[in-house]
Amino acid sequence: MAVQIDWLKTLAYFSGLTPTELESVGSFIFEKTAEKGELILVEGEPAGVLYFVVSGVVKVFKTSAEGKEQILYFVLPGESFNDVPVFEGGQNLAGAEATMTAILCGLRKSELATILRSYPQVAWNILEVLSQRVQRLVSLIEDLSFRQVTGRVARILLEYVRSRDDRKPRLTQQEMAAMAGTVREMVGRSLRILAEEGKIKRDRHRIIITDEKAVRQEAGLA
Amino acid sequence: MIEMPSVDLSKCNGCGLCVRVCYCGALVLVGKVIQVIETEKCGWCTHCEAVCPTGAITCAFEIVMEKR
Repeated sequence: MAVQIDWLKTLAYFSGLTPTELESVGSFIFEKTAEKGELILVEGEPAGVLYFVVSGVVKVFKTSAEGKEQILYFVLPGESFNDVPVFEGGQNLAGAEATMTAILCGLRKSELATILRSYPQVAWNILEVLSQRVQRLVSLIEDLSFRQVTGRVARILLEYVRSRDDRKPRLTQQEMAAMAGTVREMVGRSLRILAEEGKIKRDRHRIIITDEKAVRQEAGLA
Repeated sequence: MIEMPSVDLSKCNGCGLCVRVCYCGALVLVGKVIQVIETEKCGWCTHCEAVCPTGAITCAFEIVMEKR
């Protein structure tokens, strides 16, 4: 597949590469389409491919032995997933599922190694991407350890508020529950509490943050 | 177009539980599958989503900041 060089240029991984270098990188990349609900990666299977999202949204999650799902993060267009296990050489650390029809670009581990040897700049870019990922996960741990459910829900609302960035996915209460490490009913309760306190209001399918400062305080971010 | 809950027909088993909990008449069972009728009366209570045994119905929220 002739990957668009202009699109490759926008990826954090390949920032700073020349057009010739981008063209060379592009020759290693293959395209894949995942339908809504399709499992792209299965947790525990050998990791072999690093994916970038071209369009659509992918959910990265872990599943407990009892079948409970914990969403780690949503991958938006321009972002990557399955980086760590591909570099580490082990198994997929988490599952990945398309939340809507998604177009992906994949890079096999062996070909990634060739790119890294040829273009050291890519290694530095990857360090930056993974550092941000670590920060995000530390934040999640902090959330699950220290915050009450309503605070965690408040944080999720702030993280997924749409402004000009329309790529952010809409969320069901079940998805918010999976992200907050709780159950659907507790999310519903938290949203009611936030509405009663005047911090948010509901308008059918919209959750409107009416008091951003108060929601930030609730989330422990003020 | 009015925003309405989304139904994945491939998952719908025609049990009709969602119709029974819907208070606004937005859901009807046609044969063995659910049809969604656009209506402003749907208050997005999400009871249909909660009660569906197969996860066929989803009521996703858009999160926005109030415009000042």
